[in-house]
Amino acid sequence: MDLFEYQARDLFEKHGVPVLAAAIATTPEQAHDAAAKIGGKVVVKAQVKVGGRGKAGGVKVAENATEAKEKASAILGMDIKGHTVRTVMIAQAAPIDSEYYLAILLDRSNRTFLVMASVSGGMDIEEVAHSAPEKLAKIPVDANLGISAQKAKEIVAAAAFPADVAPQVEEVLLTLWKVFQSEDATLVEVNPLVKTVDGKIIALDGKVTLDENAGFRHPDHEALIDHAATNVLEAAAKEKDLNYVKLDGQVGIIGNGAGLVMSTLDVVAYAGEKFGGVRPANFLDIGGGASAQVMADGLSIILGDSDVKSVFVNVFGGITACDAVANGIVQALELLGPKATKPIVVRLDGNNVIEGRAILKAAAHPLIEQVDTMDGAANRAAELAAK
Amino acid sequence: MSIFLDEKSTVIVQGMTGAEGTKHTKRMLASGTKVVGGVTPGKGGQSVDIDGHNLPVFNTVAEAMSATGANTSVVFVPPKFAKAAVIDAIDAAMPLVVVITEGIPVHDSASFYAHAVTKGTTRIIGPNCPGLISPGKSNVGIIPADITISGPIGLVSKSGTLTYQMMYELRDIGFSTAVGIGGDPVIGTTHIDCLRAFQDDPETKAIVMIGEIGGDAEERAAAFISEYVTKPVVGYVAGFTAPEGKTMGHAGAIVSGSSGTAQAKKDALEAAGVKVGKTPSESAQLMRAILGR
Repeated sequence: MDLFEYQARDLFEKHGVPVLAAAIATTPEQAHDAAAKIGGKVVVKAQVKVGGRGKAGGVKVAENATEAKEKASAILGMDIKGHTVRTVMIAQAAPIDSEYYLAILLDRSNRTFLVMASVSGGMDIEEVAHSAPEKLAKIPVDANLGISAQKAKEIVAAAAFPADVAPQVEEVLLTLWKVFQSEDATLVEVNPLVKTVDGKIIALDGKVTLDENAGFRHPDHEALIDHAATNVLEAAAKEKDLNYVKLDGQVGIIGNGAGLVMSTLDVVAYAGEKFGGVRPANFLDIGGGASAQVMADGLSIILGDSDVKSVFVNVFGGITACDAVANGIVQALELLGPKATKPIVVRLDGNNVIEGRAILKAAAHPLIEQVDTMDGAANRAAELAAK
Repeated sequence: MSIFLDEKSTVIVQGMTGAEGTKHTKRMLASGTKVVGGVTPGKGGQSVDIDGHNLPVFNTVAEAMSATGANTSVVFVPPKFAKAAVIDAIDAAMPLVVVITEGIPVHDSASFYAHAVTKGTTRIIGPNCPGLISPGKSNVGIIPADITISGPIGLVSKSGTLTYQMMYELRDIGFSTAVGIGGDPVIGTTHIDCLRAFQDDPETKAIVMIGEIGGDAEERAAAFISEYVTKPVVGYVAGFTAPEGKTMGHAGAIVSGSSGTAQAKKDALEAAGVKVGKTPSESAQLMRAILGR
C-alpha cells in the first residue's frame, strides 16, 4: 500500500525523523486555518499518489493564510495524471540550502534491503541513476543486522555527504530504519532531504510503501487506506475476501490461482484482437478451494459490472476437483437466480474433468456454454462480448 | 534422477496438526511421499493417526530430525508463526525447507532467507508456493500428484495453477521434477537455481520455465541461460494485460513504472534463445516440437 505524503510525514514524525510543521485540509477554509496556525509562509501541496505534481501545478507557495486559502481552492479538485486531488497538505516553508536523497527499500533482485543515498537530491532519482550512476550510492543492508550507528556512518561516507551535515544524516538514517522496520515498509524514501540555510537537516517530502501481508501486526495501518480512490467493485470484492482488480474491458474473468488468472487475461486479450479489440474486464482469483459460495460471490461481483458483456470461468481442477467446481457453478447460478443475465463460458480441466463437464451438461443452464480448451474458451467469450 | 527431491526424501510437516497440515499430509502420504512425522511447538510427544500412519509430533525440528532422520521439511504454519518455524528448521540445519504458507510479511521472509544464507546448510523453496513434485518418487506440498508421470521435462514456475496446467498439457510425456518457486517478492529458490539443477540433472532433457510480471527474476534467468544452459528451454510469461501499479494476486506480481513488465521478460528470454509461447498451450506445443512427441 502506497501512502500519501502527509501519511508518510506523520509516520516520520512518530519515529523521530525531522519534519516541518504541517496539517491537511480538504476545503479552502481548512487550508486557511491550518496556514494561520502554522504562521508565516507555507507551501500548499496536492496529495496524490503520483509523481510530477509540481510540474502539474499541484504545489504552490503562499505568503499568508489568505493566500493559502486561494491556492488550496485552485489545487483541490484538480486532476493530476488521472488522480483527483481531494486533500492538500499545508506545510511550513523552509529556506533551502541543499537538497539530498535517501531511501531504504526492498531489493527483490538481491533478496535483501538496500539504502540508496545521494547528495544530488530533489530531482528524479531514476534520472540520476541513469545519467550519473556514480552520484547514487547503493549499500546493501542485512535484514537481520539492519542499520546500526556504524552502518549509518558507512552509508554517509559512501554517498559523500558534507562533513557539516554528516552527523545529522546518520541520525536520520537510524530513524528511517526504525520507520522501515517497525512499520513493515518495503519503501521509505525522502526526496528531497534538505539542509536549511541555518544548517538543519529536514525530510521535506516522503514516500512510504507498506507491506499489506504484515497487516496483522499493524491494526493502525487500516486507517491509512484511501477508500475514496478504491473502485466500488473492488471494495465490494474486498468485503467478500476476493482477490479482484477492475480492468477496462468487456469479458468478466474468474479463475483459480493468480498465475492462471493473469494468463487468462492475456489469452482473452489475444483472442479479442479478432473481435474489434475485446479485452478482459477484471482479474478475479477465487483460489484453490472454489466453494459454491465463493463462486457465487465472484459471479455476483462480475455480473454487477455494467462493462461486462460475457463471462469466462477458467478453472484447473487441482486440490478442488472439477466436479466440485461444477457443482459450485450450478449452485451459484441458483443462488443468483434472475440476477445472472450474461453468457458464461466455462472451461474445466484437470482432476475429475469428465465428471465436472457432465454435471454442467446435465444442469443445462441456458447461460452456460462449455468449451474444452483455454484458448478455445477465450475465443468464444471474446466473440460473445463483441456481439 | 530428479532435482531436490527423490524417492529417498523423508519428510516432516511443520504445522501437521493444523487443518491445512493434516489435509495435505494425507494427500502427500497417498501419493507415496515418505512423511515420517510433524512439528508443532507445545504438542511434542503426541502422535497423530493419518490414514493408518501413526506419525509422531515433535516440539522442534531438531528433535524431529534426530528421531526420524528426516531431510526435508514442509511448512504449513500460518503467516504469523511462519518465521519462527522456518528459523527453527534452519537452526536444525534441515537441508530442504518448503514453505507453502501464503501471506508472510516480506520482512520475515527477508530475515529467514538472510539467516539461511548465513548458516549455509538449508535450501528454502517458497514461500507462497505449491511445493515440488518428482512424479512417482515424492511430492512435497500441494501439487496434485496424479496429473502426470515421471519423464524428461523439468519445470520451474512462479505460479501454482500454471504449473498444474503445464503438467497437464504435457502429461503423456512426463516430468523429472516440477518446482513451484512461489510468487512472493523474496523467495528462497529462484528460476536460476532450478535451471542450474535441471541442466546438471542427466534425466532432464528439456526445461519449461514459467514466469510472471514483477521483479527481474526472468531477465536474470535469461542471462543465466545464455551463459550456462545448453538444454532446450521453453518459456511462458503471464501478465501482459496487467495494469501498472496493481498487485495481481501474488504479492510479487506488480509492474512498477516501466519495470517488471511481461514484454520485457519475454524479450529477454527470446534474446537468450528461449522459445516463448503466447499461451500456455502454445508453450506446450513448442515443447512437443522440441522433443518430437
